[in-house]
Order: sequence, then structure tokens, then C-alpha cells
Amino acid sequence: MSLGLYLHRVSPVHAVPAGAKMLALLAAGTGLLLFPSLPVLSGALVATLGLYALARLRPREVAPVFRLSAFVLVPLFALHALVSGWEPALVAVLRLAVLMLLATLVSLTTRASDMLDALERALRPLARFGLNPARLGLLLSLTLRFIPLLATWLREIQEAQRVRGLDRNPVAVLVPLLVKTLRTADTLADAIDARCFDPEEPS
Amino acid sequence: MKTRDLVHVALFAALMAALGLLPPLALPFIPVPITAQTLGVMLAGSILGARKGFLSLLLFHLLVAAGLPLLAGGNGGLGVYVGPTGGFFVGFLPAAFLIGWLTERAWSRLSVPLAFAINVLGGICVLYAVGIPWLAVVAKLPLAKAAWGSLVFVPGDCVKAALAASAAVTLKRAWPLIQPPRSASPAVPPPSST
Repeated sequence: MSLGLYLHRVSPVHAVPAGAKMLALLAAGTGLLLFPSLPVLSGALVATLGLYALARLRPREVAPVFRLSAFVLVPLFALHALVSGWEPALVAVLRLAVLMLLATLVSLTTRASDMLDALERALRPLARFGLNPARLGLLLSLTLRFIPLLATWLREIQEAQRVRGLDRNPVAVLVPLLVKTLRTADTLADAIDARCFDPEEPS
Repeated sequence: MKTRDLVHVALFAALMAALGLLPPLALPFIPVPITAQTLGVMLAGSILGARKGFLSLLLFHLLVAAGLPLLAGGNGGLGVYVGPTGGFFVGFLPAAFLIGWLTERAWSRLSVPLAFAINVLGGICVLYAVGIPWLAVVAKLPLAKAAWGSLVFVPGDCVKAALAASAAVTLKRAWPLIQPPRSASPAVPPPSST
């Protein structure tokens, strides 16, 4: 699993600036929340799939991204259908599906660096409340870089402990993961300091 | 804040996301799958302390609000906040802060039972105190019903609290980060006397 979802294409969807896409996602999320009726949702679903076609993304390329979502949506549908009937179930699951499709579309068509730049710009007005944009940018890019890395470490440690017969013991997985994370944090902090990133001053 | 603190904040936000990628654990007798993400909240609080733990969760919130599908099950975006479980997500923040604050105060005599009690107080009581009223309002349920419905998560959360407590106490020996309040030493805290 990596967050490098970006698939390069020459398409109108890719050309839209990151900030605009995120605003549109926000608007769509709010809209679907306010009008969660079946016709609106099916229209939104069709429009979303149209956007995928417009972005020239082939179903085969996108399929692995959605396997995880199906894991959530199918049991959720079953639960809702059991508790409150099939129509509310369909509405709830469709809304979630459309939102997930849209959010994934944004990640598939926008470079993470562009997304972060847009975020940093959006949060710049907060600088007068003591939020340093350079530090925030460092935090965001560090986190995004380390999510796939930590996921890889987690898998590696799980495999190593399985060899030792410890894979049923979560503490034996957690502690090495945490120590590795903290040790990396020290090295990383030294590396950042060596490059003269001053956390107290905007650079 | 030193660079090292910034890096800790960022890496624990990433850890939250990595724990969300773990497949949800299906426990027998409980219909709702247990995810590892509240474990991350407890770990952030009890390993980084109140301030850094809180900031780390805030950073995680920012990334999720930006639309990254980092919550367990690939959930993300602003829709999360208005959904039925939004309160539990927002409750991460005070939960991590309280766990961190209590852990800092109990640091010199931190044991597994004590850490477990702290995690239950912060990671279950505080989290549910925010999450249950939120669920009741969003899903238009009576408060009591929302509370009963949430009870299915308590056994799983207790398991996670125990895990986090055990990991935190082990880590206190392996890699102590928290400095007890009013400690004069600004550098690496001295190894704990056991």
C-alpha cells in the first residue's frame, strides 16, 4: 500500500488545480450530506464515473484501489439493510461509495506535492496565530512520506515475528515498530538540523 | 519545539495512518470489526505526552480533512466529521491529550495496570463522552440507545488499552521520551529506577 496513487494522464481532470479539486470535493461531500436521496446519489454516481472516464483512467488500473472499499461497503450495506431496510441501506452505502470514488479520483489525478502546496497556501492566513507555514509544510510532507514506509515496516515486523512464532502477540509487533520509528525520528531530526532547517524561524 | 519534536509529531501521525491500513480484526461474538486506530491514539498520548500527542493527532486530522483516505477502511474527507462516527474521530484529540497528561504525571511510577487505567480513562471514557452524543445527534437516536450501541466496542477497546499500556511500559524502558514535570534535566531523561 502506498499513497503514491497518482496516475499520469493528459486530461482535463488532471489539469484542474489541486486547490480547486479539493474545494470541489468538499462541496460535493457537503452536498451529498444535505441531499441524501436516491435520485441525487445515483446521478452523482453516474457523474463521478463520467469524471473517471474523462480522466482517462481504465477500470483495470483503478480496481486495486477499490478492493479495500468493497470490504467496508458490503458489510455496511448488509448491516443497514438488516436494521433499517434496503432503501436507507442503499442511500447510506451509495453516499459513502460516491464520496470514496470522488476522493480517490482527486488522489489519482493530483500529485501529492501539489495537494500539499494547496493545503499550505490555504493555511497561510493562520500564520498570524503562530502557525509557521514552513514547519507545517515539513510536518505534512514528513507524514505523507512515512505512511507507506511505516506500513512496510509493519508488514516486515509481522513477518519476522511470524518466523519466531510470535505473530499472535501484538506487543511483539508493536514495540519493535515503535522503537524503529523513534530511532528513525532521531536520525531524521539530525539530518534536518544538519541541513539548517531552523524550526524557530520561518525559512 | 525542537526539530526532533516536530519529527515525532509527524511520525506518529503517519503511525496512525499505518495502523488504519491494518485489516480490521474480527473478534468472535462482536458483530463490529475492531480497528487498530484507537490504539494509535493511546500510543501517541502515552509515548509522546500530552502536547506532542495532541499535535500529532491534529496533524492526522488535517490530512484526513484534506481528503486522504487514512481512516480505517479507507475513509476520509470532510464527510467523516458529519458522519455518525465523526464524534469518535474528533474525540481522538482530547483523548490523546488526557492520556498524555496523565502519563506525564504518573511517569516515574508507571506500571502496566496504571497505564491501562490511564488508557481506559482517556481512550474509552473521554472518547465515548464525545462520540456517543455526536452519534445520537447525527443518527437521530436517543442518547441511551446510542450509548448501548457503542458498548459493543468496549471489549475491543479494553484489549487495545491493555496492548497500549504494555507497549508503553516496555517502551519506557527501551526508549523513554516523556520527561516528568518539574524535571530539571533538559537533555535525555535518566533511565527509570525500577
